[in-house]
Amino acid sequence: MSATLTASSAVAESATSAIKVDDLHKSFGDLEVLKGVSMDAAEGDVVSIIGASGSGKSTFLRCINLLELPTSGAISIAGEAIKFNAPKNNEMHPADRKQVQRLRTDLAMVFQSFNLWGHMSVLQNVMEAPVQVLGQTKAEAREKAEAMLERVGLYEKRDQFPAFLSGGQQQRAAIARALAIEPRAMLFDEPTSALDPELVGEVLKVIRSIADEGRTMILVTHEMAFARDVSSKIMYLHQGLVEEEGPPEQVFRNPSSERTRAFVSSIHN
Amino acid sequence: MGEWYWLPDYGWRFVEGIWVTLELLGIALFFGFLLAIPIGLVQVTGPRWLGAIARGYCTMIRGTPLLIQLWLLYYGLGSLFPYFPELRNSFIWPILREAFPYAAFAFILSVAAYEGHIMRGAFASVPKGELEAARAMGMGRFTVLRRIWLPRAIQNVLPTLAGEAVLTLKSVPLASTITIFDVFGVGGIVRQETYRIYEPLIFVGFIYLLITAVLVVLFRWLENRVPSANRA
Repeated sequence: MSATLTASSAVAESATSAIKVDDLHKSFGDLEVLKGVSMDAAEGDVVSIIGASGSGKSTFLRCINLLELPTSGAISIAGEAIKFNAPKNNEMHPADRKQVQRLRTDLAMVFQSFNLWGHMSVLQNVMEAPVQVLGQTKAEAREKAEAMLERVGLYEKRDQFPAFLSGGQQQRAAIARALAIEPRAMLFDEPTSALDPELVGEVLKVIRSIADEGRTMILVTHEMAFARDVSSKIMYLHQGLVEEEGPPEQVFRNPSSERTRAFVSSIHN
Repeated sequence: MGEWYWLPDYGWRFVEGIWVTLELLGIALFFGFLLAIPIGLVQVTGPRWLGAIARGYCTMIRGTPLLIQLWLLYYGLGSLFPYFPELRNSFIWPILREAFPYAAFAFILSVAAYEGHIMRGAFASVPKGELEAARAMGMGRFTVLRRIWLPRAIQNVLPTLAGEAVLTLKSVPLASTITIFDVFGVGGIVRQETYRIYEPLIFVGFIYLLITAVLVVLFRWLENRVPSANRA
């Protein structure tokens, strides 16, 4: 109950937030993975979340679109607070499933393992949500999907099935699929971690082009150099807490915490 | 090469028999599969008690001979019905008097159990991430099931379902034991009337072979609609 109140008062203060998260906690059984993480991403922000494996960064990202249910805290998308029921067994279930489905179309997600639908061609993958969720006509969705695939350089592969594509191509297709619902913000969950090194570049290039057009992005990544170049804000998570956050120059060049300094320099070289 | 003079005389009977066989097969596969979807699904999603019931059902049907199920339904249940005057006077009585519905029902129950078992594994084998991707795009539960989970699951087990369909085809002759003249039953008529034993059996066997071939081609066409990297 108190969580809902916090959320609604928080909304009033920051109407320009694309994504605002307040004091998010998440426990798996006895293990508390997130111990009170907050984030405020303004429209057009690119926030990169960095940290060691197990620091909770993917869990945090997956809580934003409720693929994981938080234990407590508040989340609002474009000023609209997600309504939760009282927590049960460490999880707050959404009170209004339709609201969650609607807000998810504002938040497209790109996964580490691509997760393209294997029974559909690339084009069908990209058309699926616009037709089934947004109610576009097939013709309309096809036209947009083809433009989207053109953009990520996969127009020639549109009739292929995912199993026949390289990892980099699959991830670019997944990005096209995410873009196709014209989301307000994009959530990237380690989009290059499953790729062979020589394929990372083509995916980062596409992500950069999305950042450049001013779309809000939350990016969980191990690509430090890329995060520094592309982000407006860096969040360093350590053991479920924000250890340091700020503009990239500050976090990478002049971190205030010794731990951040150690992490950033160890990854760098 | 045997005596085949009788064949023209029974041509039409065989056509009717083939039709009955295909009818039973089609009804069994269609409705059986419709039932198999929830039977498989609840074993993966829960609720747990419903999954337990579904699992128990599969075990029971798969663990007993179809012939016994068929006879229990037709001779057992079917002979109980006349004791209920409400039934005798109702509009479904003409249906309950026939053998065909009992056979269809028994085959549906059987297919539901075997394919339900297959679908349980099929649903479980769909990568979780693909379902998450669907939810993350704003799809509701039913849309995820209809557009992603179910078709993806079916794709994984199409070869197994094809085998199941062929096995079902060859279970249909059991219907002839409850007075139904499927193609096998027609073969029996020929034997009784002409005293030729082997020629009708061989001819009927050949017809099953043809129907099987059609089924195999049909399923292969379905499988090829989605190319898969490990089947190239």
